[in-house]
Amino acid sequence: MSLAQVLFYVMAFIVVASALFVASSKNLVRSIFMFFITLFGLAGLYVLALADFVAVTQIVIYVGGVLVLILFAFMLSGKETLNVLQQQKSKFISLNKLPALLLAALFFVVMVNVILKSDVDNVYWVKMVRGANRQIKPNDLMTDNIGINLMTRYLLPFEAISILLMMALVGAAHLTRKEQGTV
Amino acid sequence: MITLTDFLIVSAALFCIGLYMIVSKHNAIQILIGIELMLNAAILNLVAFGKFDKIANGGQVFALFAIVLAAATTAVALAIILNVYKKYKTIDPRKINNLKD
Repeated sequence: MSLAQVLFYVMAFIVVASALFVASSKNLVRSIFMFFITLFGLAGLYVLALADFVAVTQIVIYVGGVLVLILFAFMLSGKETLNVLQQQKSKFISLNKLPALLLAALFFVVMVNVILKSDVDNVYWVKMVRGANRQIKPNDLMTDNIGINLMTRYLLPFEAISILLMMALVGAAHLTRKEQGTV
Repeated sequence: MITLTDFLIVSAALFCIGLYMIVSKHNAIQILIGIELMLNAAILNLVAFGKFDKIANGGQVFALFAIVLAAATTAVALAIILNVYKKYKTIDPRKINNLKD
C-alpha cells in the first residue's frame, strides 16, 4: 500500500466522519465548525486526485468565503435559531428522523450498487487514456494549462458565470438592504 | 493506486449525508449546509474524472465553475434566510407557511 493510498483513506475517513458529525450534531455552531474540517479534508482529496488548483480554490472560496458568510448569517439571526434546536433533545435516531435516515441509507445502497456495477475504472475513454498513458501525473504542472483553457476553450462559460456571479451578489445585497420609506 | 471507484464511493457517502440533512433538519442554515455537502460530492466526482482529461481539463474547470456557483447560491440563500427571519422570527422551514398577502 503506497503512501498516497494511506493518505486517501485517512482523508476519506476524516471527510465522512466529520460530515456525519455535522449531520448529527445538535449544536449549530459546533456543526458549522466541523464543516470546516469536512471542507479541508475535501481539499486534501482534491490534491490526491491531482487537482492542486481546485484544492486551493476550494480553501479560498469555501473556507474563506462561504463558511464565514454562514457564520455571519447565523450570528445575525439571533438566539431564536438556537432555541429551535434545543427543544428537540432526542438521540440521533429518533422516531421522526427514521424516515430520513432510511431514505438516505437506502439511497446510499443504491448508489454504491450503481457505482460497483458500472465499473468506472474500465469505462471506454478512461481505458483509452490510460492505455495511451495520457492521464495527469503527479509531477505535471496543470495550473498554467487550466489558465490557458479557461481563456480559450471555456471562455463563454467563464464570462457567463462571471455575469451570473455579479447578478447574484447584487441581488443578495438588494435583498438584505434596509427598507426605507415606501415598500 | 487510488481507483476512481474509491472517489465515487466517498462522494456517494457525502451525497447521502447531505440528503439526510436536507430531509430531516428543522433549521434553514443546516439545510443549506446539506446542500453544500451535496454540491461538494458532485465537485469531487468532477475532479476525480478530471484526472483523465489532461488536454482540455474539462473536469477541473467545471469543478471551478461549480465552486463559484455554490458561492453565489450561498450568498443569495443567506440573504433570503435573513429576510425570512426578519419577517417570521423563525427559520424553521416548516413554520413558514404564509404568503406575504
